[in-house]
Amino acid sequence: METILSVKNVSKTYQGAGQTLTVLNEVNFAVEAGSTVSIVGPSGSGKTTLLGLCAGLDRASQGSVELNNIRLDQLSEDERAQVRNRYVGFIFQNFQLLPTLTALENVMVPLELRGEKNIRSRSITLLEKVGLQNRMHHYPAQLSGGEQQRVSLARAFSNSPRILFADEPTGNLDVETSDKVIKLLFDLNHEAGTTLIIVTHNMELASQTKRIIRIKGGHLVADELN
Amino acid sequence: MDFERFKYKRRLRFGWLLKMAWRDSRRNRSRLFLFISSIVLGIAALVAIFSLGDNVRTDIDSQAKTLVGADLVIESNKKVSSRIRPLLDSLGDQRSVERTFGSMIYFTKNDGTRLVQVRALEGDYPYYGSIETTPVRAARTFRNNREALVDKTLMLQYNAKVGDSIMIGDVTFAIAGVITKAPGRTGLSTTVAPPVYIPLKYLDSTGLIQKGSRIATSYYYKYNQPEVIQSVISDIEPRLEKDGLDYDTVEERKKNTGRAFEDFNQFLTLISFIALLLGCIGVASAIHIYIREKIASIAILRCLGVNSIQAFMIYLIQIVGIGLIGSILGALLGIVIQQQLPAVFKDLLPVQVTTTLSWKAISQGLISGVVISLLFALLPLVSVRNISPLYTLRLSVEHVRFRDPLKWLVYAVILFFVAGFTWWQMHSWRQAIIFTISILAAFLLLSLVALLLRWLVRRFFPTSWNYLWRQGFANLYRPNNQTLILIVTIGLGAAFIGTLYFIQDILISRVTLSGSGNQPNMVLFDIQNSQKDSVAVLAKQYNLPVMQQVPIVTMRVEEINKQTSSQVKQDTSSGYRSEAYEWEFRVTYRDTLTSSEKLTAGKLHGPIRSAEDVIYISMEDRYAKRIHVNIGDHIIFNVQGTLIPTVVGSLRQVDWQRVQTNFRVVFPTGVLEEAPQFHVLVTRVPSPEISARFQQAVVKIYPNVSVIDLNLILTVLDEVLDKIGFVIRFMAGFSIITGLIVLIASVLISKFQRMQESVLLRTLGASRKQILFITALEYFFLGALAAATGILLSMGASWALAKYSFNAPFTPHPVPVLILFASISLLTVVIGLFNSRSVLNKPPLEVLRKEV
Ligand SMILES: Nc1ncnc2c1ncn2[C@@H]1O[C@H](COP(=O)(O)OP(=O)(O)OP(=O)(O)O)[C@@H](O)[C@H]1O
Ligand SMILES: [Mg+2]
Repeated sequence: METILSVKNVSKTYQGAGQTLTVLNEVNFAVEAGSTVSIVGPSGSGKTTLLGLCAGLDRASQGSVELNNIRLDQLSEDERAQVRNRYVGFIFQNFQLLPTLTALENVMVPLELRGEKNIRSRSITLLEKVGLQNRMHHYPAQLSGGEQQRVSLARAFSNSPRILFADEPTGNLDVETSDKVIKLLFDLNHEAGTTLIIVTHNMELASQTKRIIRIKGGHLVADELN
Repeated sequence: MDFERFKYKRRLRFGWLLKMAWRDSRRNRSRLFLFISSIVLGIAALVAIFSLGDNVRTDIDSQAKTLVGADLVIESNKKVSSRIRPLLDSLGDQRSVERTFGSMIYFTKNDGTRLVQVRALEGDYPYYGSIETTPVRAARTFRNNREALVDKTLMLQYNAKVGDSIMIGDVTFAIAGVITKAPGRTGLSTTVAPPVYIPLKYLDSTGLIQKGSRIATSYYYKYNQPEVIQSVISDIEPRLEKDGLDYDTVEERKKNTGRAFEDFNQFLTLISFIALLLGCIGVASAIHIYIREKIASIAILRCLGVNSIQAFMIYLIQIVGIGLIGSILGALLGIVIQQQLPAVFKDLLPVQVTTTLSWKAISQGLISGVVISLLFALLPLVSVRNISPLYTLRLSVEHVRFRDPLKWLVYAVILFFVAGFTWWQMHSWRQAIIFTISILAAFLLLSLVALLLRWLVRRFFPTSWNYLWRQGFANLYRPNNQTLILIVTIGLGAAFIGTLYFIQDILISRVTLSGSGNQPNMVLFDIQNSQKDSVAVLAKQYNLPVMQQVPIVTMRVEEINKQTSSQVKQDTSSGYRSEAYEWEFRVTYRDTLTSSEKLTAGKLHGPIRSAEDVIYISMEDRYAKRIHVNIGDHIIFNVQGTLIPTVVGSLRQVDWQRVQTNFRVVFPTGVLEEAPQFHVLVTRVPSPEISARFQQAVVKIYPNVSVIDLNLILTVLDEVLDKIGFVIRFMAGFSIITGLIVLIASVLISKFQRMQESVLLRTLGASRKQILFITALEYFFLGALAAATGILLSMGASWALAKYSFNAPFTPHPVPVLILFASISLLTVVIGLFNSRSVLNKPPLEVLRKEV
């Protein structure tokens, strides 16, 4: 099996107020293409930080991150942006839709950025899949939280990413809506064969992934298969 | 599964960027427009002034000929010598002579008397343009009869009709026509002494031409081939100079008129430019806040793979687009304003101004406006490049670096542009740099005040005060505060408005002559030696005081320290001196100082008793400095052909603002008594009726004596000042309104900053009154501090201008200063409160949904 993500000896420290704060300490793991992984741990343990490093949103203080065989730590910010556009999809706790774009336009952006063809029809198909065919021309402010998260799901899959990162995708949703969104996420993922990495507190969500990585105080404390 | 190797491709995808810029601006267009509205007026003013300049330049070109009326004019202030006569009579293909002098005329119908400028004309002058009269033919026919053309205002003032008679000296003329427009100089002098044309052949019989009379003669020449003028001039110039004759040509007039206008135009351009700069500061602050609000969107875009240049471009395109719209609106407005300018500047411009569209002026105004506002917009805009995608995961603004080395580059370019623009207008690097540094200093000082305020409030926070006060004060330094931006914009606006006000005040107080009290208000001049005593007696008969009676001798400088005019002209190292040789001095002689004079160096040496005595003269100190003359320097004066060697014996300070005859050069007694001279008598008439009767008596007995009623000059001066004041106010209006727009925009934008908080407070149950109080307190504090700093700045600037540019005292009146301060502070509060009303009047949820 091919390795899509490999994290080697990664540490992250912050300098502040005369002391060094170590948020991640020598973390090692690798993820196979097509698998689903959840990262769990107590609040403040460094999950979001780890996710940011894996997705190339930030640079590690030490160690290397390889995504799709590309050493992220050796790329410039703009080069990493292109890597994200080609291979990575995101889902955020607070949806992060562009407020001045309609639902449809939000889904179209990653494709437009790549200069692809049939952008509109492909985006409409995705929005139909998440059940928002009637809300395509609405702005995020006109949608409920659940609807916004469904738009962001459509956007995350629009550029057919090889790997999808989700940070607390259900953190801002009620249980019922959460379940719907989770189901959609796994369905879409299954269909596209994307690698899925989810940071979550929600054990029910974590239990649906094949593998669970636990971290605590910046250390990887457990890495088990479900 | 195989995978492509990653290879970075930098692509801009400009089309997509345009689309994104369009989409991104969608929900904010009205706000974007608000930002840009602050430059509209500045650009409008620039376009209007540039257009005016362009039009006036072509108008001068096309009208110079009719201003001069001939191809060549030779002018003399004294009787021309027989040496040069043959030359004067041989020039040109057609010739005219005009002799002009001030004299009283007398309307026989109603005993009216009035000082006029008599123009005794022979020949067909003007060759270009015409003396416009009603009836039209009068301009031709009067030359052959004993007839006169009389200025329109005079006719109205004395209720005269064509066909009535006037007396000039001993000769009676029939009025042939009314002058509506005559070639030659216009303005103040023609208001004091309106023109009256008579045929030259009657001049001698008027009996007004006597020794010492101040008569100027103009010889007008028309050439069938005007191209030869240049070579004619270089041919005769040395001979003219030797005889003290001046010449004027169409080209020369174009140059001189152009030069005078360029100074005026420079001043107007700089005022417009300041309005634009003020607007630009508004733009920069607005965009800064706009970008702050866009951080989240930019971070999302970065997450999705937009690179830093693309992110920057999405916003640059918006700013350029909206800036272009603003500029075009500004240019359109400028064109509208341009149509009004000739009416506004009517009496201050040398020619009749057309209002043709000038594409050059429009594009100059547009480009200046777009470039400078873009540069200012770049200041906040470059930060877009640094917004990290990490922000999507962590909502803390601290991640955003608003510091950027590139900013320093932008600052440098802005300074360079401002200096460059100023240089383009003033053609002097020194002035350009002073201008740029003053603006920079004002900007820095205001920023310093704002930072200091922020620091002080934080450091000495009144923790024990009640909640509302604390909240109001805390708003000054909490994150997203508006302190710096509001203080700088309001402060600069206040500084500028203040400076314009003070300058106007200085200018007006400088020329305000008090017509009240016991100040003299009538001057009689051209009194002959023989008439001196009897005129004084006549005044006493009318119970008028003889307040001053002084002899006046006209003379020119021949040599200064053995250097003649031509030597000085070759040796440029001697500074300003050459102007001293061109000046016609009106000199008096006495051995004492008047009440308006004070010795600053040397002493008065007293009367000359023998021919061997050294003649020590006294010179006005400022003039001496200007022509680089000092105590002990030797000056030879030429008094109507007689050379008189003198030594500068003292320097005097003269208060020119008093209504009194004042002199640059004073001779001791015992030298000039026998020289050709006339006398001036200064008196005060208590009423217009007595003034009229006294003038009639003087004109009847002494037709050569001219009378100036200073009340008349005062009224004219008042009118001129009104016009200048109006122009200043008109131009200042652009800056003031721009300042207001910037203020409104800044406060409006800060509304978006404070919106969430206010809503939160509302949600937590704060009352309407409480929120109003907090808002009012914050804005009052900002407005008051900015206004105070700005006004202080303007006082400093005005003081410097008064001292170094206008040589006038600067005494600001406290009441207008207080009014200015109060209005700016109050305005800030009112606008601030007005803006928060949407928070107060609507349910919190609705506000949050709509505005965020
Ligand atoms: N820029 C920063 N400077 C200093 N410390 C930081 C910074 N960013 C994060 N941290 C710290 O790093 C630690 C890990 O943060 P992180 O957001 O990764 O935790 P988390 O596991 O995602 O927690 P949660 O479940 O609450 O989201 C925290 O203690 C946090 O305070
Ligand atoms: Mg987290």
